[in-house]
Amino acid sequence: MKILVPIAKVPDTTSKIAFAENNTKFVTDGVTFIMNPTDEWYALVRACELKEQQGGEVVVIHVGGADSEQIIRKALAIGADKAVRVDADPTDAYFVAAQIANHAKTENYDLIIAGKETIDYNSFQVGGMVAEFLDLPCVALVQKLDVANGVATLKREIEGGTETVEVKLPMVVCAQKELAEARIPNMKGIMGARTKPLAVVAATADDKLTTIASYALPDKAKQVKLVDKDNVEELVRLLHEEAKAF
Amino acid sequence: MSVLTFVEINEGKIKKASLEAAYYGSKTAEANGLASVAVVLGEAGAEELASLGQVGVSKVLHASDARFNHFDSKAYTKAVAEAVNAAAATYVVLSFNNNGKLLAPRLSVRLKAGYVPGAVELPANGLFKKNVFSGKASAQYQINTEKKIVAVNPNSLSPVKGAGTAIVEAFAPAVSDADFSTVVKGQDKITGTIPLTEADLVVSAGRGLKGPENWGMIEELAGLLGAATACSRAVADVDWRPHHEHVGQTGLTIRPNLYIAVGISGAIQHLAGVNSSKVIVVINTDPEAPFFKAADYGIVGDAFEVMPKFNAAVRKLKAAN
Repeated sequence: MKILVPIAKVPDTTSKIAFAENNTKFVTDGVTFIMNPTDEWYALVRACELKEQQGGEVVVIHVGGADSEQIIRKALAIGADKAVRVDADPTDAYFVAAQIANHAKTENYDLIIAGKETIDYNSFQVGGMVAEFLDLPCVALVQKLDVANGVATLKREIEGGTETVEVKLPMVVCAQKELAEARIPNMKGIMGARTKPLAVVAATADDKLTTIASYALPDKAKQVKLVDKDNVEELVRLLHEEAKAF
Repeated sequence: MSVLTFVEINEGKIKKASLEAAYYGSKTAEANGLASVAVVLGEAGAEELASLGQVGVSKVLHASDARFNHFDSKAYTKAVAEAVNAAAATYVVLSFNNNGKLLAPRLSVRLKAGYVPGAVELPANGLFKKNVFSGKASAQYQINTEKKIVAVNPNSLSPVKGAGTAIVEAFAPAVSDADFSTVVKGQDKITGTIPLTEADLVVSAGRGLKGPENWGMIEELAGLLGAATACSRAVADVDWRPHHEHVGQTGLTIRPNLYIAVGISGAIQHLAGVNSSKVIVVINTDPEAPFFKAADYGIVGDAFEVMPKFNAAVRKLKAAN
């Protein structure tokens, strides 16, 4: 089975978020970048597990600059066999998805497994877009994925529960929590990752459909109204009368 | 020309999140001098569909076709794209809910229309606001194409209902059986509880409760308020609570009107899932717990002392009203 996993680079969760140039640019100084957690913990690990069970190959693809090499090597250390980096700035989801689809269209992947959304722009776009570019079935918010005889059995989240579906491969999956357990790369993996192939390719010209005009931080830190623990009734009164919460 | 809203039906009723999207669609139509049209796929009652008129929808395109009773992203994309053409829509509005999150990006590619996921308010000056960096900031998006797609974050706006009735028109998109790629084998719905993502009120608890046997007081409060229950990642990971209750960066993102957090310290990953809630109440023994910085109201105290009193006070209030 041949599996493609798109990976994104995002600021670490604890990063300080600040903007410059009249709130049009995210300040990256001092920000630690990591592989997007849902891409790494769920999509990539499940892809590696399926390959280990059934044989085949896991390829990771990333759209980004040379400074992304660290997260690509980490993906290889976790278990991917080779990597492709599209050398371009990933500013628009349509653009990113077009690059991934352009790579995938000639490679005959059985599965493309993406993480559900990145923790920076929280947009949930790339998986679905790649599926449409390639005219493939796609299931999102997937918590369970098994493959047998060319058919995937998936459990996806629906409002108030889950749904189990079957889809004939090839297809695109958007992974979320529970699909796999996060893996810490071992020494053998880290050593092996250094020599695994990483191809750098140029972007194909494609349109960017959206632009971020400006950013804003929340007005100010909230001022909490503390109520004494011996006066719980007062809190309930405030919630009812002042906040009108119930 | 029109604004087309994709509306979903669940067990015969319009989904709450879809109603919010339809209201958003109607408001956008009004601001741009366009007609507000909705598209509904799958079997549904005519009366329920006509009620979309209450949020300003003038016409509903209804594909009453049993094949659409289950969501299939590929077939749905084809059908909605056809509705966009039929209605000469320049805006497509959906909910940023489970199905919308997959349908919208597919439509973006199919229609080559710029897409803003998770808009939190109506567009102003041609810009669409959404939260970024897991709610730590917001961004104003510009869409560079003539056709525009917006998915509205659930619970972002409260539809104001009027007296209108929408005209329901049969719609027969050209989809073949081959377009349906997903075979549904079964559903497992948690019955008797309110789905977290649709709840207006949420009571949540974490490690401060010391063990799963102590959740009675949380469930009691949820019952009194008609709230959903949620939990932190730590307690879902040790199976004190089911995973579907986990809110936070890797769990669900919710924005209820009221979020009560009991015995949760408020790590940044947890806040990412709840910091858009309108009112946050924190009950924690540690006055230095980071959650107090994100809270509107708080009590520094032991949950085991505070919660029985809290529940009694709510019971008294409910009895008096």
